[in-house]
Amino acid sequence: MTPGSTTTAASASDSTSAATLVEVRDLARRFDVSAPWLNRVLERRPHQFVHAVDGVSFTIERGRTLALVGESGCGKSTVARLLVGLYQPSAGSVHFDGRDTTSDFAGAEARTLRRRMQMIFQDPYASLNPRWKVLDIVGEPLLEHRLVTDRAELAQRVGELLQSVGLAAADVQKFPHQFSGGQRQRISIARALATQPEFLVCDEPTSALDVSVQAQVLNIMKDLQRERGLTYLFISHNLAVVRHVADQVGVMYLGRLVELADKRALFEQPRHPYTRMLLDAIPDLRRTGQTRTPVQGEVPNPLNPPSGCSFHPRCPLANARCRQERPALQSLGGVRIACHAVEEGRS
Amino acid sequence: MSSSAPLLDVRHLRVEFPTRHGTLRALDDVSFDIRAGEVLGVVGESGAGKSLTGAAIIGLLEPPGRIAAGEIRLEGERIDQLPPEAMRRIRGRRIGAIFQDPLTSLNPLYTVGQQLVETIRTHLPLSAAQARERAIRLLQDTGIPAAEARIDHYPHQFSGGMRQRVVIALALAAEPRLIVADEPTTALDVSIQAQIIALLKRLCQDHGAAVMLVTHDMGVIAETSDRVAVMYAGRIVEIGPVADIIHRPAHPYTVGLMGSIPAMHEDRERLLQIDGAMPRLNAIPSGCAFHPRCHRAVERCQRERPELVDVGATRAACWQPVTGEAA
Repeated sequence: MTPGSTTTAASASDSTSAATLVEVRDLARRFDVSAPWLNRVLERRPHQFVHAVDGVSFTIERGRTLALVGESGCGKSTVARLLVGLYQPSAGSVHFDGRDTTSDFAGAEARTLRRRMQMIFQDPYASLNPRWKVLDIVGEPLLEHRLVTDRAELAQRVGELLQSVGLAAADVQKFPHQFSGGQRQRISIARALATQPEFLVCDEPTSALDVSVQAQVLNIMKDLQRERGLTYLFISHNLAVVRHVADQVGVMYLGRLVELADKRALFEQPRHPYTRMLLDAIPDLRRTGQTRTPVQGEVPNPLNPPSGCSFHPRCPLANARCRQERPALQSLGGVRIACHAVEEGRS
Repeated sequence: MSSSAPLLDVRHLRVEFPTRHGTLRALDDVSFDIRAGEVLGVVGESGAGKSLTGAAIIGLLEPPGRIAAGEIRLEGERIDQLPPEAMRRIRGRRIGAIFQDPLTSLNPLYTVGQQLVETIRTHLPLSAAQARERAIRLLQDTGIPAAEARIDHYPHQFSGGMRQRVVIALALAAEPRLIVADEPTTALDVSIQAQIIALLKRLCQDHGAAVMLVTHDMGVIAETSDRVAVMYAGRIVEIGPVADIIHRPAHPYTVGLMGSIPAMHEDRERLLQIDGAMPRLNAIPSGCAFHPRCHRAVERCQRERPELVDVGATRAACWQPVTGEAA
């Protein structure tokens, strides 16, 4: 990070601090993927680390939606897990409503914090216990946080939660297998809403669903946001879905944010070459029968990322500087972007 | 072969699964054809029967599933009643198959080259050296860099996109006339997906093969297919040229399917949603199977099953098709 970009980040956060709910600063997480001890000793193999998330900074305002997009392995799900405390950051910090969550998750505040932020997972088949009734699944957070102590009241509250996501109150006595994929994802949403959180982290909430069912779930999520003033971090690889739900969009590549902009700016005028490539790669309903030349190459191995800008081997604008010097995320014309070519006006 | 006769002709196909609780009809009265050089897209939601249609054509229905009625003709010859050994010779030689997950389509214990050479020599009278040469050329055709070296690598040494290229090379090994591709890009990232689609399209044009492309992704269909068949609850509810299906659909289900896709070029506060879910096979509604979810349904839809008829530029099975008005 250059000193210049740190100051812009700080001043940006100061000016919006009243509305800011989540602030992430230089967040990093690495994973130890070294060979077993014996192999390291016998074959003299070194320790190896994957930098799954590296120097990511962003803020989310109350009642708004930030979407993180990127291809498999870009670190977007790791960011989601870091935010809700499922992973500890290797470096950097996450502030929630002005307080540092890294220390809070370890201390007595953890319970309150967990009540205020919840997560919705991708797979509605794996994230619900098949041997529990919906009453127990959705009721567990209520009991755990002692928001409800009485069984009769529990059934009442769970029934209300189910109705708020378009299911029937009588469904409390059913098991997950009696529901379709879309209905299960609504149960997940009801469970996440049980503690009346302010912040929901949604990790690919609709990517396991059919399009018509996806539309149902996305509509419910938008309605809930409007009614309850929820703040979302929305993780997805589907840019069309992101365009539908997000206010702000962050594009990630190999663990770093490469572009962070308002939705309109990002989709109407993508600046970073990777963002342009992603947008160009989406099959389009309007382009029936047309052929195009897709960008070549694949995401490099994160164990051994390219020097300089990690996108340079696939980038049509790359030059010598891109191969040596890693670009920092900086404000350029209203968007935040990490690219030498855009900065120098070569794009 | 004359250009007017279809390469693949499926007529009144019915697939059933006998179970303890009665026979489930998974496909019913499915009819369509594909011409040489044509790409037919088959779309629908999970459980609509699109993959099953592909499996029936390549003769890989999971027992106890069976073709209960109808016929499948490849270049005029009936292939739905062939003994397993004869079907095995057709598979690979005249019909190539590409499946969703490239890792499970390849044997992890053999190198890519061994698998390609085996496939080539099973179907074509070539020596081992000739077959290997052909295998390298196939890998080059599918865009695998340094094919001479990569041919001796194992599947796990390839990335997902590269593996799917190997699977495509395998499917094309014996120059089949028909390729059945079942969700070939679903497991891949968008940038790789675009490469694979372009590749599939180019190779099929070069080889003059017909393609049946099964996918739930309308975007992929839009860019790849010439015609589209929309399936619902084991039946084709609409079939027609790709532009008409996308921009002027006649069946309310197709209209709903198109409206539920978040669009890249327009803003909509709410997506069009089709309430409810696809019926289970043991509870397919009477009349038109879509009527409980259909906002245009009238009394007749509950009683009588509609057949595919010409509606505008497409053929739709609906008593109350959407015509004229903008979808």
